[in-house]
Amino acid sequence: MWNDHELTKMVEGGVPFHMAADQAGNVGRAYGVWDENQGIELRGRFIIDPDGVIQAMEVMTPPVGRNLGETIRQIQAFQLVRESKGTQATPAGWKPGELVLNPGPDLVGKVWEVWNPKMEK
Amino acid sequence: MAETQGCARVASKVVGDPRDDQKTSEEIVGKKEIKMTARVGQKAPEFTAPAYYKGGFTNVSLSDFAGKWVLLCFYPGDFTFV
Repeated sequence: MWNDHELTKMVEGGVPFHMAADQAGNVGRAYGVWDENQGIELRGRFIIDPDGVIQAMEVMTPPVGRNLGETIRQIQAFQLVRESKGTQATPAGWKPGELVLNPGPDLVGKVWEVWNPKMEK
Repeated sequence: MAETQGCARVASKVVGDPRDDQKTSEEIVGKKEIKMTARVGQKAPEFTAPAYYKGGFTNVSLSDFAGKWVLLCFYPGDFTFV
């Protein structure tokens, strides 16, 4: 009903992913996003890696919407870290193609030499 | 999360839910918290839930996506923004 009447107007062909129901709140409780008083899910968002490990989470009260661009940026950053087998890290505001950090003894106390807040766009 | 329907519904289910252990409903009343909390760096709780997917109804489990990146979003109700 929702897919037919509204979502297909936003995305051609409708929603391409699964829309799961959690009427009893069992999944929401396990993820800490079930509001017992109102009987609804909060706006929870979880990035789960290929090993099933939660890498990032964000939970908001219902009135404020999320930022999908930021979510995708975080996924891209976590993918880079994973591909580097944890040898690389991404500084604040990092976007694909920008400088990455190589944490280690050589970088201690010297982050300022390679990165400063003005680089965050 | 989904609109109400006139037919019986399959409830969503979390693996390891302590309430699974053949307890009567009286025993679980008042036990609101399941001893599982999602935290970064920890395994995401496995679950199975009824789902709408490409025009049909199916069941979806987190383990269906093993080996892939998953974005799991909860939202309060249909017809709200995300």
